[in-house]
Amino acid sequence: MNLRKLTGVAVAAVLALPMFASHANAYELVIPTLDYRTGPYAPNGIPLANAYSDYINLLNERDGGIEGVKIKHVDCETGYNTKKGVECYENIKNTAPSRALAIQPFSTGITYQLIPKSAVDEIPIFSMGYGRTSAANGKVFPWVFNFPATYWSQATALVQYIADQEGGMASLKGKKIYLVYHNSAYGKEPIRTLEALAEKYGFEYRGLPVDHPGQEQKATWLQIRKERPDWVLMWGWGVMNQVAIKEAASIRFPMDRFIGVWWSGSENDVLPAGDAADGYLSGAFHAAGGDFALHDDIRKHVYDKGMGAGDRDRIGEVLYNRGLVAVMWTVEAIRNAMKIHGTKEVTPAMVRDGFESLEVDEARLAELGLKDFTYGIKITCENHEGPGRVAVQQWDAKAKKWSMVSKFYDPLREITAPLIEEDSMAYAKENNVTPRTCS
Amino acid sequence: MFYRENGQFKSSYSADQAIFPIAQDRVFVIGILLVAFCVVPFVINEYWANAILIPLLVYALAGLGLNILTGYCGQVSLGTGAFMAVGAYASFKLVGFFPEVNYLILIFVSGLVTAAVGVVFGLPSLRIKGFYLAVATLAAQFFLIWLFNKVGWFYDHSPTGMITVRPIDFFGVRVTGPEATPAAKYLFTLAIIATLTLTAKNIVRGRVGRSWMAIRDMDIAAELIGIKPLQAKLSAFAVSSFYIGVAGALYFGVYLGSAEPLEAFDINQSFYVLFIIIIGGLGSILGAFLGAAFIVLLPILMKNLMVGGFGVASGTAGHVEILLLGALIIFFLIVEPHGLARLWQITKEKLRLWPFPH
Repeated sequence: MNLRKLTGVAVAAVLALPMFASHANAYELVIPTLDYRTGPYAPNGIPLANAYSDYINLLNERDGGIEGVKIKHVDCETGYNTKKGVECYENIKNTAPSRALAIQPFSTGITYQLIPKSAVDEIPIFSMGYGRTSAANGKVFPWVFNFPATYWSQATALVQYIADQEGGMASLKGKKIYLVYHNSAYGKEPIRTLEALAEKYGFEYRGLPVDHPGQEQKATWLQIRKERPDWVLMWGWGVMNQVAIKEAASIRFPMDRFIGVWWSGSENDVLPAGDAADGYLSGAFHAAGGDFALHDDIRKHVYDKGMGAGDRDRIGEVLYNRGLVAVMWTVEAIRNAMKIHGTKEVTPAMVRDGFESLEVDEARLAELGLKDFTYGIKITCENHEGPGRVAVQQWDAKAKKWSMVSKFYDPLREITAPLIEEDSMAYAKENNVTPRTCS
Repeated sequence: MFYRENGQFKSSYSADQAIFPIAQDRVFVIGILLVAFCVVPFVINEYWANAILIPLLVYALAGLGLNILTGYCGQVSLGTGAFMAVGAYASFKLVGFFPEVNYLILIFVSGLVTAAVGVVFGLPSLRIKGFYLAVATLAAQFFLIWLFNKVGWFYDHSPTGMITVRPIDFFGVRVTGPEATPAAKYLFTLAIIATLTLTAKNIVRGRVGRSWMAIRDMDIAAELIGIKPLQAKLSAFAVSSFYIGVAGALYFGVYLGSAEPLEAFDINQSFYVLFIIIIGGLGSILGAFLGAAFIVLLPILMKNLMVGGFGVASGTAGHVEILLLGALIIFFLIVEPHGLARLWQITKEKLRLWPFPH
């Protein structure tokens, strides 16, 4: 047992280190990130983390932070592991001086862990388009934001895209739409929505689970080859995506009838399959490519000074841009909080207010150097999902580029709204939450 | 000089049969318990409770359970993750059915449910041994996790298949969920684990434990001297699964708060607990605690040292941590193949002679 004591003393000493190290300087805004640069999902976690770090460095270098207040970036390595995520969260949540202003876990599992804690610790969670879908109901989840669109909205958007290709909602009748999903909380998210859609529009739905991490999919695709669905949707992550695309190519499933969720549509996923991936589709809510004014600023102010987190030529990849849009909205929420509360020394609770009345329209996007990058959003007290619009992008294997091939679809709220209401109320009942009133 | 039993005479049978016959050991253990129960709860904060001490205690309990089966009875099991899942899901369903019943009773019943499941999956041990048994328990791992993932009843048909703990009060004090204070969670876990550890220590010293060890050392000889393999092996499976089930219930209820079967209870979890007892020491109660400390605390310690102490980038630290942990495991197993508990024993023997080794 002396070892235990020894480790205890050593841990205590290490934990005490930062206390002496941090001087009481000027106020700083703490933006933490839960990164995963290790583990099976690292290829996806790295561009997300790089974008966060680059944007924060850009603001600190170019503008001196947010409205002149420096940003302190605190990162913690989770390896996409829930237990490590909990340790990280406890470690960083009270970072001085402002405490963690908003948490972006980039993991459904960790988000579920943190949702109940958010209300008690009073730290807003911005689970951008992932995590618990019913957190869109701001009356039950005042501390959680999942704009710009949930998985359920996305499922309805993808089905609308399919209907457009088939010639209208009515022609969905009798079609076979299969879902290949990561067998986890994340992958199961769209099932209920797809079941509701199948019932309403009369298509045949079937879910085919793939176990973590997803390297073994032969049986799944054999089944698809045998049963010949008209369309295959995929809710995959990490190595599962590339394996699925390769397997689909090997059974000659038409790529333009294979649509991934927006987490299954990055360069990492399609490049390994080479030319065979040409025409593969995926959901998207922002553009790909590194030609926006913001990217130029990042190259100039961050990479030219040698402060870049990743490779210069990987700026503008889909997941890099996903990270950028996430940190951009977080920063705008902090800016909004400063405006509402009239102080630059914002707290996490103020940032929550900033999220709740956040409005980033097209004009503001252009100011930020992201003209036509994504659509405008407006968050309200009862709707934390925002507009919920999703488009479909397509991979061009020759040019090695993603491009949008559809309009932004509005979600079918008549399908998702009752499901969100049901699930959020079940949460409220189990956890004795009284839904607040929004007026 | 300080650690010597000179002059400590045992004048009664009960003194001879005490758990810690040497006074210094007694004082040491009572001291640790006093600190754990009376000092730590007053200084504990959320980081120490949720990230360090509660996982440590929960994994120590799971290690203890597996050690009873593998270390004391010699039956290799790779189904620990699944048995933890049984405990977790049983407690989840029971709290749903009987919200007004005391949580401690429900955790106890969850342990009993796990024990029953463990006995069922322990039946093959009567015919197969060693690595073959490990494969049979592997079946438990895959089957049970598949079941919890497949059948909606187990997770109350939640759309994501996740189970989330309800807020539970234990005699008016909240012990689960985010509103529970760190001290309450810690004390609740510690009390259960201290009691179960004491029970385990006494079981393995008694008739039942001796029959397990006889089976472990040579099952044919054990049978010849009158030990029934059926009873001995299945009782080991039952007791071990009970401990692992309680650990699973605490792992889900007090430590994590929500869980999905494939991530929280997958095969890696089984290996994790197996490594705890191999590194800590097979067939030792203390070993489970030392092993859990090694496996749970060391990565956190290394991370905090590298990131907080030396300013290493967190991603690099993550990679170095994996390397270092692997190297340390190999180092300790070469230095002492019988685990950390054996190291501690050697230290004690040396201490008895110190400072005059001859």
